[in-house]
Amino acid sequence: MKELRLMKGNEAIAEAAIRAGVDGYFGYPITPQSEVLEYLMAEQPEKRTGMVVLQAESEVAAINMVYGGAGAGKKVMTSSSSPGISLKQEGITYIAGAELPCLIVNVVRGGPGLGTIQPAQSDYFQSVKGGGHGDYRLIVLAPASVQEMYDFVGLAFELAFKYRNPALILSDGAIGQMMEKVEISDQIPRWTNEEIKKMSPWATTGKTPDRPHNIITSLDLDPHKQEDFNHKLQAKYREIEKNEVRFEEIQTEDAEYLFVAYGTSSRICQKSIQMARAKGIKVGLLRPITLFPFPSARLLELSKQVKGILTVEMSAGQMIEDVKLAVRCSIPVEHYGRMGGIIPSPAEVLTALEQNFL
Amino acid sequence: MAENITNKDIVKEENLVFKKTSLFTEKPLSYCPGCGHGTAHRLVLETIEEMGIQSETIGIAPVGCSVLAYEFMDIDMQQAAHGRAPALATAIKRLYPEKFVFTYQGDGDLAAIGTAETIHACNRGENIVIIFVNNGIYGMTGGQMAPTTLPGMKSSTSPYGREVISMGNPLKMTELVAQLPGTYYVTRQAVHTPGAVRKAKKAIKQAFENQKLNKGVSFVEIVSNCNSGWKMEPVQANEWMVENMFPFYPLGDIKVPAEQ
Ligand SMILES: Cc1ncc(C[n+]2csc(CCOP(=O)(O)OP(=O)(O)O)c2C)c(N)n1
Ligand code: SF4
Ligand SMILES: [Mg+2]
Repeated sequence: MKELRLMKGNEAIAEAAIRAGVDGYFGYPITPQSEVLEYLMAEQPEKRTGMVVLQAESEVAAINMVYGGAGAGKKVMTSSSSPGISLKQEGITYIAGAELPCLIVNVVRGGPGLGTIQPAQSDYFQSVKGGGHGDYRLIVLAPASVQEMYDFVGLAFELAFKYRNPALILSDGAIGQMMEKVEISDQIPRWTNEEIKKMSPWATTGKTPDRPHNIITSLDLDPHKQEDFNHKLQAKYREIEKNEVRFEEIQTEDAEYLFVAYGTSSRICQKSIQMARAKGIKVGLLRPITLFPFPSARLLELSKQVKGILTVEMSAGQMIEDVKLAVRCSIPVEHYGRMGGIIPSPAEVLTALEQNFL
Repeated sequence: MAENITNKDIVKEENLVFKKTSLFTEKPLSYCPGCGHGTAHRLVLETIEEMGIQSETIGIAPVGCSVLAYEFMDIDMQQAAHGRAPALATAIKRLYPEKFVFTYQGDGDLAAIGTAETIHACNRGENIVIIFVNNGIYGMTGGQMAPTTLPGMKSSTSPYGREVISMGNPLKMTELVAQLPGTYYVTRQAVHTPGAVRKAKKAIKQAFENQKLNKGVSFVEIVSNCNSGWKMEPVQANEWMVENMFPFYPLGDIKVPAEQ
């Protein structure tokens, strides 16, 4: 039997990082995700796997450490919460522009500004539309349980290396802080330097006579080359959209109405579905697991079956724009959300469904 | 006899007095004529060549005139965001402790936007080399005031001269990092005369050798010119540098390991 542990979401991220054979974690404390760095420091992974853990002087430094490590072919990551993720945007756009794999975890709290330390989903736009300057995308995974916090670390690295693109786990303070049972995977050994040279021949591992020098940069002063490079990036994003869409459906088979929600909100919706069905309202849930790429095609199909969609987000309504685009505004799409760190109750969500559509 | 000597007789290993280091790529340097960056590049590359560590060296280029250093240096390099080179170097060195890692940065990069990264990498005692080319100005963006611009010195954003009262004082970053326990070797050099070049070369080589000891940052400032930013001819710029920059930024070792 697999090992089971009761863990916080943030601790699951940290343990998963060690088990996934991550080479380096660089972070800076911020609520509600400080347990990631605390767990790693307490666990001393340098003794378990040789993993490097460093508390940086700022989120800016931490993400640029990730940039350095990723350029050298290592499996590296950082985590933070909203204000810290804003600071990381400079590094993230460089990493995207240099086409490097890495993992960034955002345990979202309410904003704007210093906002609150309570959970929110108001960083959706920042996460799925790029976040920093320039035309780029991150691969965005949205866990809805502590188990998924754990599992998505490995998945994020797999996708990041497959596409040489930064991946982001978009979580929130509720999932980061709550405790659930987690099935722990076996230890994956860290890659040796020889393996890295073979797998990532582009990495700055030291120029040897058998190859030209490797350069990690996002700069090309020639506008035509820069445009060609942008086309290449866009082609990669289309490829990711083709291959990597992930979502979960709950009771959609006979649904007349549909909730679309990710992460914590999707769990609230599950309870709302039970309450609605007890009243005879046939509602289902589509839970995007990847927010980029977005499950647009499946939503378009469902729009032919259901009479209306309610997106539930702990924000003023951000994902709703992608849902409307996906269904081409063919059916009514409404939003229900709470902000400022408040989690909506299942009853509120059900009321919103009834008020909008029944 | 003299008249029988041909080119072939002269071009011999034992007669060689100077050669371009093989670690320069074929790309022509993009620096203005007379600029110190080219010489500073050469000294770094000669050091790596002489130590035979090309395959073990990873360099970090900054944002500044030397942003394209990776085009000229035939070593594996990463181009950092403005000021962040020490953060990249920190991670690379910790992930590859057996490699030689260096940053190459200008004064705007290292002493303004990258102040935090510089100070903290130095304070943590990262086992890296930092080459700091201080020309007292933002060369690349057209000669704006830098944190290192001298009092009264003109630049495009201090067109009447740097007024300390409103624009602040120039920052002596090298003296500052020398105070930190994490720096092992801190020195200030120049590359405007053959003598200065020889000394700077020795300092850079020392800095790279120090990485074998695992004792912290080796920090080499090179006070340099920026003819274009200073709006001077190369010779005039060097004279101005000697007269004005050197009294404020005196050359020589600032922190030397006890063992040396
Ligand atoms: C975040 C950011 N801010 C500003 C710039 C514009 N910029 C490019 S180079 C530079 C100054 C570089 O000066 P210095 O480090 O002294 O190098 P030099 O060109 O003098 O060698 C600035 C401000 C930038 N590229 N990125
Ligand atoms: S602008 Fe100044 S620093 Fe830049 S290459 Fe020209 S002289 Fe050198
Ligand atoms: Mg400068």
